[in-house]
Amino acid sequence: MQNADICCDCHRSTIIGQRDFTMQQQELIPHLFRTEFTKITSVLCKLFGIEHIEIAEDIAGETFLTALETWTYKGIPENPVAWLYTVAKNKAKNYFQRNAVFTQKIAKQLLQAENENPEIDIDLSEKNITDSQLQMLFALCHPSIPAEAQIGLSLRILCGFGIDEIANAFLTNKETINKRLFRAKEKLRTEHVKIEFPDITEIPKRLETVLTTLYLLFNEGYYSESQDSIVREDLCLEAMRLTYLLAENKQTNLPEVNALLSLMCFHASRFPARKNANGEIILYQDQDETLWDEELITKGMYFLNEASKGNTITKYHIEAGIAFWHTKKSDTKQKWLAILQLYNELLIIEYSPIAALNRTYALSKANSKEEAITEAEKLNLTDNHFYFTLLGELYKSVDNKKAKMNFEKALALAKTKADKQVIQANIDKFEVNG
Amino acid sequence: MNEFILIFRHQDGKAVASPEQMQMWMKQTMDWIATISAKNKFVSGTGLPFDDAKVVHHNNIVTNGPFGDIKETIGGFIIVKADSVEEAVEFAKGSPVLQGEGNTVEVRMIAKRDGVH
Repeated sequence: MQNADICCDCHRSTIIGQRDFTMQQQELIPHLFRTEFTKITSVLCKLFGIEHIEIAEDIAGETFLTALETWTYKGIPENPVAWLYTVAKNKAKNYFQRNAVFTQKIAKQLLQAENENPEIDIDLSEKNITDSQLQMLFALCHPSIPAEAQIGLSLRILCGFGIDEIANAFLTNKETINKRLFRAKEKLRTEHVKIEFPDITEIPKRLETVLTTLYLLFNEGYYSESQDSIVREDLCLEAMRLTYLLAENKQTNLPEVNALLSLMCFHASRFPARKNANGEIILYQDQDETLWDEELITKGMYFLNEASKGNTITKYHIEAGIAFWHTKKSDTKQKWLAILQLYNELLIIEYSPIAALNRTYALSKANSKEEAITEAEKLNLTDNHFYFTLLGELYKSVDNKKAKMNFEKALALAKTKADKQVIQANIDKFEVNG
Repeated sequence: MNEFILIFRHQDGKAVASPEQMQMWMKQTMDWIATISAKNKFVSGTGLPFDDAKVVHHNNIVTNGPFGDIKETIGGFIIVKADSVEEAVEFAKGSPVLQGEGNTVEVRMIAKRDGVH
């Protein structure tokens, strides 16, 4: 993935229109099908109601099959997006006409509208697409749907991922994902979730769940164990794109949205430096900071600035603040004091074991290892491999024997291959040095 | 120089693919056809939409098809020029259709109007 793609992605919706005209026939717009799948599905689903989400998915899918059958041999049309919309509209209309059950039971109102006005209005204007996608985001992130299913559904409906790709990202099999999505769709039906903007007074509350899902979606990509780096980065980019949609919308352009977007930009800026040629993770301190994406860092600062307008402080603000400091590689006392302060605030807003451990690491950098060790041992998170990794790190050169012992405990608890590799590398260092 | 038709047969025409996969298949197929065109050996080709597909049976019975009885469906074909069936087979081997397990590309010579066939 080129850095430029990451930046462009934030503005994908505005750029894609211009690209249609300048696009070379032989060069496909990257992710055209996926992007358009999500748009067509959202618009149709809003028209049909969420209980018929599969019909919307099918019509969108069939649209691409037709494109596959036609474009492959006849070349890509001059305006591929318009072509896709025309085909999708025709397919939707055919569906109305053909499916008697659907027409009688569900599309009564739509049919009435059709009798008055023979053209069913399938509005694929930019505004309706964006609105439909945002409303769909709120619908899928309904508080009644379990978080895991929200992410899965968002990936399918809003990001256009295939079942295989979702299974790959979650490191599980297709059946599990299919079941999960099926249950989530059932839930959407039984809860009568509506595809609409929540009432303006309800937006901040409903936005909480939406932002949590987008945050998890991003994390899923950032920390995924999947070997497929394209899928991983795409997850992050899709999370960023959806967050950007929220920031672009007047009703949802709230400080917490900008804070989350800022956090994502800062993290994503390190994509090019995070993995070596073999796909192994390069730890922060070993990264080549010249590979960090300056443009994304600048964007992150812009959104952080936007986030500070108003009186709201959320965990996203604080995490973005910490991520901002991490865009400066040099180990200054000032940096670590600031980070320590931010972790203190974060822990007050929302405790998490990881935040507690990270705070302790910041403490060792800002004050002293000894103080951090005392604090760390009080945490007593003995079922967490990060806890022992931290202790191992703190004991380094203070008491190498204890350091090694802690890394060994961490290794026994670590689950992912990447974590095990990092811990093993630490243990190996002691063996070499005696 | 003879003309050969390469017929793509799909094991399961209704397999669900992600939009991304479909876009990739399309690109691969276009790239493949381009390599044949570059040798000036590509004649024509088309995809065969599944929409409105019908099968007319003995006694003029018409069914929606080709799904149902037959699992295998024809997804499209291209016609190429080749000096020999072996050359046409070499072209066929590059077809992205073959990435799907169970899929096949059938290579058949097109009858010339020279009275031989």
